Amino acid sequence: MKDALGSVESVLVLGGGSEIALATVRALVAGRTRTVVLAARRPEELEVTASELRAAGATTVETVRFDAADYAEAHARLVDDLFDRHGDIDLVLAAAGVLGDQSRDEHDGAAARAVVSTNFLGLVSAIVPCAERMRAQGHGTLCVLSTVAGERPRRSNFVYGSSKAGLDAFAQGLGDSLVGSGVNVVVVRPGFVHTRMTEGLDPAPLSTTPEKVAEATLEGIARGAHTVWAPPALRYVMSVLRHVPRPIFRKLPL
Amino acid sequence: MLAPAVEDGEPTLLTGWGRTAPTLASLHRPADAGQVAELMAGAGARGVIPRGLGRSYGDAAQNAGGRVLSLLGVCGVRGLDVEAGLISVGAGLSIGDLARLVLPFGWFPPVLPGTSHVTIGGAIAADVHGKNHHREGSFCEHVRSLELVGPGGERTTVTPEGTPDVFAATCGGMGLTGVVVEATLQLLAVETDRVRVDTERARNLDDLMDRMERGDDGYRYSVAWIDCLARGRSLGRSVLMRGDHAARDEVSADESSGAALGFSPQRVLSAPPGVPSGLLSTPVLRAFNEAYFRRSPRHEHGRLEALHSYFHPLDIVGGWNRLYGPRGLLQYQLVVPFGAEDALRTVVERLAAARAPAFLAVLKRFGGGRGMLSFPIPGWTLTMDLPAGRADLAPFLDGLDELVAGAGGRLYLAKDSRLRPELLETMYPELGRWREVQAGLDPEGALRSDLGRRLGLGGGSTR
Repeated sequence: MKDALGSVESVLVLGGGSEIALATVRALVAGRTRTVVLAARRPEELEVTASELRAAGATTVETVRFDAADYAEAHARLVDDLFDRHGDIDLVLAAAGVLGDQSRDEHDGAAARAVVSTNFLGLVSAIVPCAERMRAQGHGTLCVLSTVAGERPRRSNFVYGSSKAGLDAFAQGLGDSLVGSGVNVVVVRPGFVHTRMTEGLDPAPLSTTPEKVAEATLEGIARGAHTVWAPPALRYVMSVLRHVPRPIFRKLPL
Repeated sequence: MLAPAVEDGEPTLLTGWGRTAPTLASLHRPADAGQVAELMAGAGARGVIPRGLGRSYGDAAQNAGGRVLSLLGVCGVRGLDVEAGLISVGAGLSIGDLARLVLPFGWFPPVLPGTSHVTIGGAIAADVHGKNHHREGSFCEHVRSLELVGPGGERTTVTPEGTPDVFAATCGGMGLTGVVVEATLQLLAVETDRVRVDTERARNLDDLMDRMERGDDGYRYSVAWIDCLARGRSLGRSVLMRGDHAARDEVSADESSGAALGFSPQRVLSAPPGVPSGLLSTPVLRAFNEAYFRRSPRHEHGRLEALHSYFHPLDIVGGWNRLYGPRGLLQYQLVVPFGAEDALRTVVERLAAARAPAFLAVLKRFGGGRGMLSFPIPGWTLTMDLPAGRADLAPFLDGLDELVAGAGGRLYLAKDSRLRPELLETMYPELGRWREVQAGLDPEGALRSDLGRRLGLGGGSTR
């Protein structure tokens, strides 16, 4: 159960390889969280992380195969099985995502589809059964990792941005639909985060780290927030950018 | 038209008095013990828990995804022995209503917690204490028998002599041993509806503890209000209020409320909805505390007060928990055994140093407890309200927990909403025995609450 100050006892990560998700899980285990399920495309790569989490105090750590892009696969069955075996899950962290390669993706239908499949279709396919289980258990937090890039599509990464925009819109709607159910949806919108995924890219202004995003996310979960910006200043930057006219926006070096 | 079936609950988002961590449950309002039994037998996989007036601060009367039985409709009086002061009442009756009912006959509830809006069932489930605990023990000390409905709907009579284990597991058992539908209580004889109160100020914590140790035994009721924001030499400065029921010859005719004895608390004020977080901030509370301390008499003897104004000053403000804004509040109540005064002093020091906006902090001396999970142990109990929104609160309270547990003390489950589950065993040495008795009463694990899930008590808990 989530307690009065926002600590949770169990977490399921969809996209356990995500550095932001893992930073969040580490911070959770340093608190009250004792049950961790990491669902990832390559669970075998998470064994070291799992041992670290156990050493840090988690009593149950499970790694399980989950490929967001392969949504023909029974996501619902996987989710049901995890909820059945672990009892209530207080927090689901939907973090699976790929950045893709914009220069290729915008010319290659299959490559663009792969990005959208993972980031949007795949997560929607796995989030819906999680929301159903949380509705039935009468409580829980669904935390969806979006990005500021979903706020307004930019020329430089619109394939990724549009997939996240879809996810972001879906999560907002789901959150509204779940009001009064005891389940809260938090949309996290980080800016440029220094991770393996962004290695080699020029960092945008207001760049941040997975640990900082994790901290802001946990604070948002405790607060019962519906949106978390990391860093918080991005909220204001994006609210300006959102209203810049297209002809001007097009010329911005973004 | 047919009445709605008992089985049809109302999906309701519930919280405790602290208004933190809401969860959705199916809320049922049984009208009698028979319907309670029916609802328990058909509870389903997410289980069932009783609820009274929702005054537990945390999640004790919540059951996410399952059934919650509001016992408020089960509130009839089945018998009153006016000679002996024994009354049998439905568990949903509030202690305030009980006082109103029996006072005209010269009787009074044996134990009054800090609010009169607590049901008899809740008072048993939390084994509540009052300002007379140092002399007369907690609520269950005065329960002669109770009617318990088990998870299959079976009903048993539980008494301290006939079924001591079940009784001791149910007293303070947080509703996880079954649903109490009725109880027989021994009332306290009183002659008037007034309390004779002596008030004195203590300049600091040591002065206060000294006064309490020396003088408490001379009073039926004793409680001290502490300014947890005062520091340095004034650390723990406080106002000590002690008293007893006034005898007939102490109350002159003009002071008495008339021929009949009356208990008539009135709700004068109501907290407005939609208060922003941060209203009860440290500077506001510091000003309040300063005024409260200065306003209190340095020493006053024998002042006659109405029962409700002595026992339940906060009850005149309806919904005062809303003053804490959308993030809600929590109440931190600890007890440390006599001999661990240093731990208590450290707690007060840390509160003052952290400038924690602790409101209405109260210190009291306890006698022994009744049930296996009853909160009271002989020692000092300190209580305070804290706004839940402060970011550094979680690690701060975790630190206090360690200190309290290390000193042989514990937290009060009826107030708890955030204890680290691993500490429960240390704080409650009889937990193992309680688990055995509880498992015997509820082998299928049908009795479940959010508090139980969080701390690993009762059905569905993995610990």
